Amino acid sequence: MVVRERFEQELKEVQEQFIEIANSSINALKIAFEALLNQDLEASLKILEDDIIINRLEEEINDHIILMIAKQQPVATDLRRLMVLVKAASDMERVGDYAVNIAKETIRIGKEPLVFPTSNLQTMCNKTVEMLESIIKAFTEEDTVHAKEIAELDDYVDDLYGATITLLMRAGAENPAHISQITHLTFVCRYLERSADHATNIAEHLFYLVKGKHYELNN
Amino acid sequence: MVLEIKEENSIVKSIHTAIKPSTDAAKTVVYDTRNLNLWYGDHHGLKDINLSIYENEVTAIIGPSGCGKSTYLKTLNRMVELVPSVRTSGEIVYRERNILDKSYTVEELRTRVGMVFQKPNPFPKSIYDNIAYGPRIHGIKNKKILDEIVEKSLRGAAIWDEVKDRLNQNAYGLSGGQQQRICMARCLAIEPDVILMDEPTSALDPISTLKVEELVQELKKDYSIIIVTHNMQQAARISDRTAFFLHGEVVEYDKTDVIFQTPADQRTEDYISGRFG
Amino acid sequence: MRYIDDTVVMKRMTKRIIFNKVWKFFFFLATTFALVTLAILLYRIVTQGVDYLSIDFLTNFASRFADKAGIKAALIGSLWLMAVVAPVSIIIGVGTAIYLEEYAKKNRLNDFIRMNISNLAGVPSIVFGLLGLTIFVRMLGLGKSVLAAGLTMSLLILPVIIVAAQEAIRAVPNEQREASYGMGATKWQTILHVVLPAAIPGILTGSILAMSRAIGETAPLVVIGIPVILQFLPNGLLSQFTALPMQIYDWAKRPQEAFQYVAAAGILVLMTVLLLMNSIAIFIRNKFQKRY
Repeated sequence: MVVRERFEQELKEVQEQFIEIANSSINALKIAFEALLNQDLEASLKILEDDIIINRLEEEINDHIILMIAKQQPVATDLRRLMVLVKAASDMERVGDYAVNIAKETIRIGKEPLVFPTSNLQTMCNKTVEMLESIIKAFTEEDTVHAKEIAELDDYVDDLYGATITLLMRAGAENPAHISQITHLTFVCRYLERSADHATNIAEHLFYLVKGKHYELNN
Repeated sequence: MVLEIKEENSIVKSIHTAIKPSTDAAKTVVYDTRNLNLWYGDHHGLKDINLSIYENEVTAIIGPSGCGKSTYLKTLNRMVELVPSVRTSGEIVYRERNILDKSYTVEELRTRVGMVFQKPNPFPKSIYDNIAYGPRIHGIKNKKILDEIVEKSLRGAAIWDEVKDRLNQNAYGLSGGQQQRICMARCLAIEPDVILMDEPTSALDPISTLKVEELVQELKKDYSIIIVTHNMQQAARISDRTAFFLHGEVVEYDKTDVIFQTPADQRTEDYISGRFG
Repeated sequence: MRYIDDTVVMKRMTKRIIFNKVWKFFFFLATTFALVTLAILLYRIVTQGVDYLSIDFLTNFASRFADKAGIKAALIGSLWLMAVVAPVSIIIGVGTAIYLEEYAKKNRLNDFIRMNISNLAGVPSIVFGLLGLTIFVRMLGLGKSVLAAGLTMSLLILPVIIVAAQEAIRAVPNEQREASYGMGATKWQTILHVVLPAAIPGILTGSILAMSRAIGETAPLVVIGIPVILQFLPNGLLSQFTALPMQIYDWAKRPQEAFQYVAAAGILVLMTVLLLMNSIAIFIRNKFQKRY
């Protein structure tokens, strides 16, 4: 006889919903960046349309968990597990929003060819996606060791962000005609860095779940 | 908080921790149980209990059926001695005296420690006579004094307004929740320091339960309350400290906030999460 | 898979319902039989005796003449007898019951004692008469007095009262006692203020039944040697007396037909006394129940 079978089942459903929103958001981020590199306006528009799905997923997860708390009265670890799912879903929804923001920048840049070398941005995006994909895996497996390692990648992304911003500033000073495009790319840089921060947030949520205490991993 | 992770992968729990003696140097200990053991015939009902109950707190005792929580409660006022085959060893120090000592009479102990039972058990007498029972058997005969005690106790149990016009009616005419509050008033009439409650709301409807719980919160200002309960949400709602009993032992005893958020023992976590018991 | 087949159930249903009705009828029949018998007896007695009931009947002593016969000596004598039996048997009986239920440990010896007390209730009354004769009349030298007969009758009905009181005390829920102990009451206080008041109705019922038996028992009185004809009223516990059953028995024995009617009148008086005793007990019981 499985004890609390109902609770375990519903928990599994919510966890699956979480994986769904996580995958959707990460995918959106990848596609949005890809669209930026290829200046694909159609793909970018699709990102804007599909964001509504991600928002709805987050609302469903919220509602589901509130219902579970009301009906099942979880305590201790069970309760923390549900609470961090709410928070992590919110983090992933924000990532989805950043994907939308990147898509908007792509649309604003329009057909004007890209003047700035994108290798830094590319690396940032890769690292961010890597962080997000790894943290989702660690989160679902409740693996604090890997979570810690992933959180440490954030420093690398932050350094890369600093360097890229500096380069962009210099390019802006040297190419005043393209200041608009450079500004948009700066924003994209920022969105990627924020997405990486959300990955670290999720790592912190995992620590809270497992240890029952709050940890700062974003220093 | 600075990061300090050891290379663990899972929720850290110890299986057999020594009980953290949740000592609070600032608060007075009202009951100090030391190495208490109890046998029902050959059955070892309570094993090496060490527990300090603090003054003006609500201490909840939780655990699955048969774990010894009611037995422990009844040892605190020696009601457990009504069972003929009971044997105890160890001490329970109440106000600097060991209550298990033969020289301490049960009648004396029970004037200081009152008890409320699971099923409301008012006497088939009038409400007035129910409340006045305690003072009367201790020799108070003056009607005026008794009137005052009755009113004070009924007010203390938050039921004065409901019954003040029918003090001479039989207590059986009241609802279950009201009867339980009458029993609490009856208990208050002997002016104890400590009130023991053995699952006081398990036979009551939800509204009466909430009223009794509110009453407990009020009462803890003047009394120390120890409550055995099957209802974990109740323990979480109203108690300051919680003790988790299992198979006659205290597995964990700590502030309620700790027990219900980050219990130290895996067994405690399993029990409060409803994974056994 | 269902194990209970609906069609089989419906088939048997009519038979079961009929059986139900048949048994109900049998029980009704049994009750009617008892009631009818009682009614016939009452009718006979009332019609035979009511003519002879009069103030004279109540105030005269016995006589050889049917129309002058009176029941005064026997009536007063029986009342004196009950005045001894009631307190002795109730006090000793309830006291024993309290000891057995509240104080005695539950071991084999006490179980043995309990069982024997119940058995005593079945001992023929004439045995108690012989016991009374030997101990009270002869050994203690009380003679054929009210006291001796009263003590004998008390012994006779004691087991009934003890058992009834035990049942009543046992029926008091333990939670009541626990509530009392929980407040620091001693055992005696608990018995006096909680157990006894709750047990009084049951104790009284048992006592009424027992005393109804005592007032009508003839055999022990015969063995002790209570006289049938007495022309004076008892004037103390040690004086001689006569009782209603003895008097009625004597009248019924006489050959003259008139005395049968006198006997019937005597029975009516006896029944009235019983009714009065019952009413008093019920009154006391109700008072206790209302107060509590």
